[in-house]
Amino acid sequence: MISDNTKGKVKLTVLRIIVYAILAFLVFLCLFFFYLMIVNSSRSNAQLASGFTLLPKENFFTNLKNAWNDASINIPRGMLNSLIIALATAVLTTYFSALTAYGIHAYDFKGKRLVFTFIMAVMMIPAQVSALGFVQMMNELDLTNNYIPLIIPGIAAPVVFFYMKQYMESVLPLDLIAAARIDGSGEFHTFNFIVLPLLKPAIAVQMIFSFVSSWNNYFIPALLLDKAELKTVPIMIAQLRSADYSKFDMGKVYMFILLAILPVLITYILLSKSIIKGVTAGSVKG
Amino acid sequence: MKKHANGSGRLPDRQLKSVSYAKWGYFFIIPFFVVYICFTLVPQFLTIYNSFFENYRDGLNEIGPNYVGLDNYETLFTADSSGTIRILKYTSNTMVMWFIGALPQFVIAMLLAIFFTSARLNIKGQGFFKTVIYMPNLIMAAAFSMLFFTLFSRVGPIQALLVEKGWIDASFDFFSHRITVRGMIAMMNFLMWFGNTTIVLMAGIMGIDQSLFESATLDGANAWQVFFRVTLPLLMPIFVYCLITAMIGGIQMFDVPQVLTKGNGAPNETTRTLVMYLNGYLANKNYGMAGAISVIIFIVTGALGGVVYRMLSAQYKDSSRQRRQRKGDVI
Repeated sequence: MISDNTKGKVKLTVLRIIVYAILAFLVFLCLFFFYLMIVNSSRSNAQLASGFTLLPKENFFTNLKNAWNDASINIPRGMLNSLIIALATAVLTTYFSALTAYGIHAYDFKGKRLVFTFIMAVMMIPAQVSALGFVQMMNELDLTNNYIPLIIPGIAAPVVFFYMKQYMESVLPLDLIAAARIDGSGEFHTFNFIVLPLLKPAIAVQMIFSFVSSWNNYFIPALLLDKAELKTVPIMIAQLRSADYSKFDMGKVYMFILLAILPVLITYILLSKSIIKGVTAGSVKG
Repeated sequence: MKKHANGSGRLPDRQLKSVSYAKWGYFFIIPFFVVYICFTLVPQFLTIYNSFFENYRDGLNEIGPNYVGLDNYETLFTADSSGTIRILKYTSNTMVMWFIGALPQFVIAMLLAIFFTSARLNIKGQGFFKTVIYMPNLIMAAAFSMLFFTLFSRVGPIQALLVEKGWIDASFDFFSHRITVRGMIAMMNFLMWFGNTTIVLMAGIMGIDQSLFESATLDGANAWQVFFRVTLPLLMPIFVYCLITAMIGGIQMFDVPQVLTKGNGAPNETTRTLVMYLNGYLANKNYGMAGAISVIIFIVTGALGGVVYRMLSAQYKDSSRQRRQRKGDVI
C-alpha cells in the first residue's frame, strides 16, 4: 500500500528531475558556443581545418600574439578606443542621470510634472529613429570621426534617469536635504557630497550597464567613424565578417571574437550578483 | 496640496523653504535637456523634415535636396520591378524572426520563473543558473553573430561535426537556406534575451502577495489552477510590459542579422530587417528614403512605447502613492 504522501514525494522527485534536466540543457545552450569559441581560439588554422573537437589545443598564445599584432585589424587600439568611450559614457550617464533625477526629486519647481512626463514618454524611442538627423548634424558640425557624438549624448539617458528617480524615492529622505541646508551646505555641494554617496549602489549598477551597452554599440559608431585608428571593437568585428574569408587565419578570428567580449565577460564574472539584481530594479515591480 | 492632508503643523514653513529653493531644480535638469534637445530632439525633427525631400547621391553628384512632399513615402510603399513592396517584406522578415525567437523566450522564461519561485520544488543552485542564463544578454551582439558565422560556416566545426555524424550532406550550407539563417538569428535572440525575461518575471512573481497562493491552495486549488487563476492574472501587467519592450527591441533588430549576413540579408534578402534597410540608405546617403523609413519606425515604436509609458506611469503613481501613505502613517 502506497500512501498519498509517498505518491506525492515520488511525483515531486520526478518533477525535480525534469526541471533540472531542462535547466541543464539551457545551461548547455548558453555555454556551448562560448566554450567552442575558447577551444577554437587555442587551435591553429590547420587544426581548425581538421574539424570539430571539444579539447583545447596548445596554440592559444600564438593566436593571441597574431591577433594582437594583426596589421589590418588593430584590436588593441580598438579595445582602447572602446574603453575610452565606454568609460566616459558610463561616468557621464550615471552622474547626469542622478543629477536630473535629484532635480526632480528634491525641488518643487514649476513645470516639474511636465518635465517628468516628457522624459517618461520619450524613454522607449530608440536611437535609430533619429539617427539620420544625428548623422547629418554631425556631418555639418564636422564631428564625424570624433568621440564627442558617441559620449556626450549619454548625459540624457531617460532609462537611467528613471532608475535613479525610483532609487532616490526609496533611500533619500527630503528631511536630509533640509538638514544639510541648515548646516550651510550649498545645493550642488549637498548633491555631490551627501546625496551621491547614498546612491553608490545604484550608480555602480548603472555604470556597469551603460559601460556594457556602450562597449557593444555598433549602429551609431559605424555611421560616424571611418578612420581606422578611431574604430571601436564592434566595427572591427563587423569588418572581420566582410573581409575575404578564405585568406584568414581562423584561429586569429576566434581570438578576435574572444577579445571583443572578454572585458564584459570578466566584469560579469566578478559582479554577476549585483548585475542581476540591477536587471529587475529598473523595470515594473509587482 | 497633498501634504495638507497630513495636517502637520510644520508644513507652512517647510513650504516656504521649498518655494525659495524651487528654482534650483532647473539648474539640475538643464544639462539633461540641453543634451537631449541637441542630440536627440533636433535630429528627430531633422529626420522627419528630410523625409519630405529628395536627397541622394548619384555617383559623385548630390541630387537635391528638393521638396517632394510625400513622394518618398509613396516610393516606399510602391512595388519594385519584381513586384515586391520592400518595406513590407523587410517588416515581415523582422516580425517572423522576432517571433521565432520570442515564442520560446517567453515560454521558457515563464517556466523558469515558476520553477525558481516554487517553494515546493525548492530548486538548488539558483544563483548559478541565473548567472549562466543571463550571461548572453551582455555579450556584444556583433561578436556573438560573428561567432555563429564562424561556427556554422562551410569550414566551421559545427558543419564538420554534422557531416561526420552523417546528419547533413557535405555540400549543405547553413547560409544558403532561409530557414537555417532565420533560425540562427532567432536562436541568438532567444539566447540573448530569455535570461533577462526570466529574471524580470521572477521578480514579478515574488512581488505577488504570498498569502494569496496559500489561501488558494487551502481552498483546494491545484497547481494549475493556482497558476492560471492567481499567478497569471496578477503577473499580467509585467508580462505585457516584457512583451512590448521585447517587441520594441525586435523592431530594432540589426546587429545580429547585419553581421551574420554581411549586411545583405542572404539568402535572397529573406533575413533583411527594417533597420538594415534604413542602415543601407543611411550608408548610401539617400537621406530622403532613410527619413521616410525612420518616420515609419518612429510611429510603430511610438505606439508601442505609449503603452509602456502608460503602464509605467500607472505603476509609478501607485507606488509613490503607497509610499506617501506609509509616510503619512508614521507622521
